Amino acid sequence: MSALSVETLSHDFGGLRALDTVGFNVAEGERLVILGPNGAGKTTLFNLITGLLRPTAGRITLFDRDITRLAPHRRARLGLGRTFQVTTLFPRLTVLDSVLLAVQGADRARFTLHRPRSAFPRLFARAERLLEAWSLVERRDVPTRELSYGEQRQLELVLALAAGPRVLLLDEPTAGLSPAETTAVARMIGRFPRDVTILLIEHDMDVALELAERLIVLHDGRIVASGLRDEIKRDPRVAEIYLGIDEA
Amino acid sequence: MTFWAIQTLNGVSFGMLLFLLAAGLSLIFGLMKILNLAHGSYYLLGAYVALSVTAATGSFLVAAAAGTAAVVGLGIVMERVFLRRLPHDELPQALLTFGFLLIVGDVSLAIWGGTPQTLPKPALFEASLRFGPLVFPSYRLFVIGVGAVVGLALWLLQERTRLGAMLRAAIDDADIARATGINVSLLSTGVFAFGAGLAALGGIIGGPLLGVYPGADFEILLLAFVVVIVGGLGSLKGAFVGGLLVGLLDNFGKALFPQLALFTIFAPMAIILAVRPSGLFGAR
Amino acid sequence: MRAVGAGAVGVVLLAVVPLALSSYQLGLLTKMLIFALFAMSLNLILGYAGLPSLGHAAYFGVGAYTVGLLAVKVVDNFWLDFGAGLLAAGVTSALFGLLALRARGAYLLMITLALAQVLWGIAFGWRWLTGGDDGLPGVPRPGAGLPWSLGGGLAFYYFVLLVFLGLTLALWVVVRSPFGRALVGIRESERRMEVLGYDTWRYKYVAFVLAGVVAGASGNLFVYYNGFVSPAYLSIVFSAMALIMVILGGAGTLLGPALGGAVIVLLENVISAHTERWLTVLGLIYVLVTLFAPAGIMGFVRARLRGRLA
Repeated sequence: MSALSVETLSHDFGGLRALDTVGFNVAEGERLVILGPNGAGKTTLFNLITGLLRPTAGRITLFDRDITRLAPHRRARLGLGRTFQVTTLFPRLTVLDSVLLAVQGADRARFTLHRPRSAFPRLFARAERLLEAWSLVERRDVPTRELSYGEQRQLELVLALAAGPRVLLLDEPTAGLSPAETTAVARMIGRFPRDVTILLIEHDMDVALELAERLIVLHDGRIVASGLRDEIKRDPRVAEIYLGIDEA
Repeated sequence: MTFWAIQTLNGVSFGMLLFLLAAGLSLIFGLMKILNLAHGSYYLLGAYVALSVTAATGSFLVAAAAGTAAVVGLGIVMERVFLRRLPHDELPQALLTFGFLLIVGDVSLAIWGGTPQTLPKPALFEASLRFGPLVFPSYRLFVIGVGAVVGLALWLLQERTRLGAMLRAAIDDADIARATGINVSLLSTGVFAFGAGLAALGGIIGGPLLGVYPGADFEILLLAFVVVIVGGLGSLKGAFVGGLLVGLLDNFGKALFPQLALFTIFAPMAIILAVRPSGLFGAR
Repeated sequence: MRAVGAGAVGVVLLAVVPLALSSYQLGLLTKMLIFALFAMSLNLILGYAGLPSLGHAAYFGVGAYTVGLLAVKVVDNFWLDFGAGLLAAGVTSALFGLLALRARGAYLLMITLALAQVLWGIAFGWRWLTGGDDGLPGVPRPGAGLPWSLGGGLAFYYFVLLVFLGLTLALWVVVRSPFGRALVGIRESERRMEVLGYDTWRYKYVAFVLAGVVAGASGNLFVYYNGFVSPAYLSIVFSAMALIMVILGGAGTLLGPALGGAVIVLLENVISAHTERWLTVLGLIYVLVTLFAPAGIMGFVRARLRGRLA
């Protein structure tokens, strides 16, 4: 059984075919990187997997369960987590509040109306553990809009992890970061629990090759190459796609 | 038979007025993401100014020009001096425009009084036309004509001119548009002023049909909203089709089922909301 | 802890000060409490959940008309009438919520406005039922069905105060609960909440209905207070007044909107005594608050406090 399986997935935006019969499997615990130039359809793929878009055709299964028609929050509850290319945090909430909300999302008490949140110490305990594990304790009372961009990208990752996902989709986690910050984030992802399956969209070839076990290359909505890291490294078509785009 | 023909004509001419207002509202929202609640004020003020100028000069044309100019001026001031200070803040912007709606409505009451008045028709269109057993006021045909011409002009502008292309680019992505040299700031003020002008025009040509009275601003605003909900916010086609639909429904509703109050427009609105929440032609 | 202390002081003041007020002033204070409650109900969806509604008067008006019509035309029994008023407001918000909550932002503003206007149209048009524009007079103070009469100004005030405190306490509990914190999360980023596993529509809907019921309660209180209700209390202007009360006081804070409500009631009272141009003043308040004080009075106070603590 694969953790995540995508079959003949296609999506049209009006007359534009953004994804064309894309299909692949991800094994549990695997680290799969999705490469491709801008406009290749990578984020569309993530939007389809997480349910923010409905595919024109195709099927998506999570641990053998068909999730193609499920709402985003249902997929999240089945263990699918995600970060966004454009940082999607709670601007006015503190780091602690944000992590608490992320933890609460996976908890039975999330819809309780009649008791204060402070009556559920397990939420706070879990939040504290996360803050400590990812070195955010000192920043816990800072509103997230006051964090540096690098810190925000890191918090974005922590929030996704806080819900305890089994499959994580990371959309360009190093976008817009300095080389030092990029290394820090790459190292952070490297520290993620081994039983969590990770799909990673990366634009930066170095980070991609460092974190990936297997790679898929998308171009114009289609998979043009797929294989282990060393195979892709040596694949001339991949280089051509990237070089071709760079020269344009 | 005559009943249906006349009611249809009335509904279509009313629909054209609604189109003028909805088009302005949609244009402004499409480009600037501002829900201009003062749109009702533009309608009302255009009509009141035209009223005074007609009384003073006796000329419909001069009154129409004056009314439109006054409202366009107000629109420019609102956009440049006030709305600019709240960039990208949707709710505060809408509330700001609502403040103006209240102020203009109340000041108009103070200036022109509470008695309902009617704008006199231009002498050219005072007569009625006969088609066999049907008698149509020519003024209503004039209104339909104005609506059709404006609709066509707007469509041509949007699809066929450079200005339209710039507008579509700016709506699509303002930052990139700016980077390619499009003066988004001027475009914004222009669109706002133009939308205001359309609303004023609606008030002026609507004046002889619907009258000019305190509260007309709220009434027309509500109907414009229903049009935009049904047709889709940001769509010119939606404003046109929605306008006609709501105009006909409202008219037939009032004629056939006066006791149902606003249900005749509420029902289709509720259906659209349930079935296609972004409107007939709105972006999904 | 400071907040709880201040709250206790506030309650004591509200309980004791009325004994020293004239009957006119007492009436005004009663009205301030009622509108403070109305504003706080809107705050739950506007301030906490971030849902802009320009039709909140609908639930206030439904509560007021239900109680008024029952008390005057059917049976004057407090429990029945008040309960029916709450039920009617709840059913209305449950229905309107289904239609409105699939929309966001500008669409939500328009839809809530249009829905409330339909009710206004009914109140205005169905003269045989509601008295139309003339309104519904003659609503008695609650008394029948209760062991004591609430006719007197002081007795009625304490009744209103009791309801106000009770519902404020309920709102306080909801706002501090996981549900309430989730509402804030939805306001800040609904998309983030969705992918974290929250069924955001359900949160918004429940908040919408709760807000409607509390608004209905304030409408119930109002028609008892005023003895009269008219379509004006279902109008856009009235909905907009609730909106500015919330923002003036401080959206997203528990008591800010209550303060905003009290201030607007006072202002209206004072200004209407000297000029007919209250709506112009209200419009100016709108313009000034949105431009210069978007965080409201509470925001201003907090910024001052933070400045002093820093």
